[in-house]
Amino acid sequence: MRPLTFTLLATLLLLTFPARAGNDWMPPVRDATVQKECGTCHMAFQPGFLPARSWTRMMGSLSDHFGEDASLPDDKTEIIRNYLTANAGDVVNWGRAARYMQWVAPGGTPQRITENPDFLRKHRFPESVWKNPKVVTKSNCVACHSGAERGLYE
Amino acid sequence: MIRRLMLAAAVAALPVVALAGDARRDAILADYAAKARAADKGFSAFSAQRGETLFRTKWTGGDARTSSCTACHTANPRQPGQNAKTGRPIEPVAVSVNPKRFTDPATVEKQFTRDCRSVLGRDCTPLEKGDYITFMAGQ
Repeated sequence: MRPLTFTLLATLLLLTFPARAGNDWMPPVRDATVQKECGTCHMAFQPGFLPARSWTRMMGSLSDHFGEDASLPDDKTEIIRNYLTANAGDVVNWGRAARYMQWVAPGGTPQRITENPDFLRKHRFPESVWKNPKVVTKSNCVACHSGAERGLYE
Repeated sequence: MIRRLMLAAAVAALPVVALAGDARRDAILADYAAKARAADKGFSAFSAQRGETLFRTKWTGGDARTSSCTACHTANPRQPGQNAKTGRPIEPVAVSVNPKRFTDPATVEKQFTRDCRSVLGRDCTPLEKGDYITFMAGQ
């Protein structure tokens, strides 16, 4: 009887944990243009981290993209804007995207994912961690989260 | 038999693929050469040596984090690099280890525009672009 109980418990646990992981998951970028154009200088961040209006603002100001000129031809800008807004946090509104969206002011157009309180509360590290030469910036997710490109941030 | 034929076809196609890469790079270089000649009638050819100097020079006009190409690409272009601003890994620039380099004109032009402004604080001339590619093609 006992082994059976154990098996049942183990099965239950196994069933529960992937479900939790799933709830933490951020749908990854699946568009080839977005992966290439947004993923050369930095990781192509998942659109679920910002609301659609933030992406619209960002795609309208690429000539000053966090101090860089990241201008793109109009046709590519259009493809990327469409993808990002169609898959934005307020559209997904589930799992981690929903948790990020609860901190966004109504009508607000935040640009930095790393300033969202949900990001901050999980990244309270000493300065030395951020100064690690592999990290360089807070937006370098893959330095610590090897599954970040697939939307896994455990 | 069919497998063997397919293998033979694949092996035969290999040099063609490699040559196709070279042809696209040659076309990019020819385009920069025409522009360099238009800017200076005395232009004769691109120089790998000038390209290397461009690659290794410490500039003062651009972003302090990227005062030289080597800030991201390291002193050895056959090695992978790292974006000095974002930490993003960068594939080697040397054509011998990364034959995809300098084969898509739009990508080449976009990268030169961004990187020249970041490193030199200005746009590169067609002569500089051609020299740089010529240097990397021999690396």
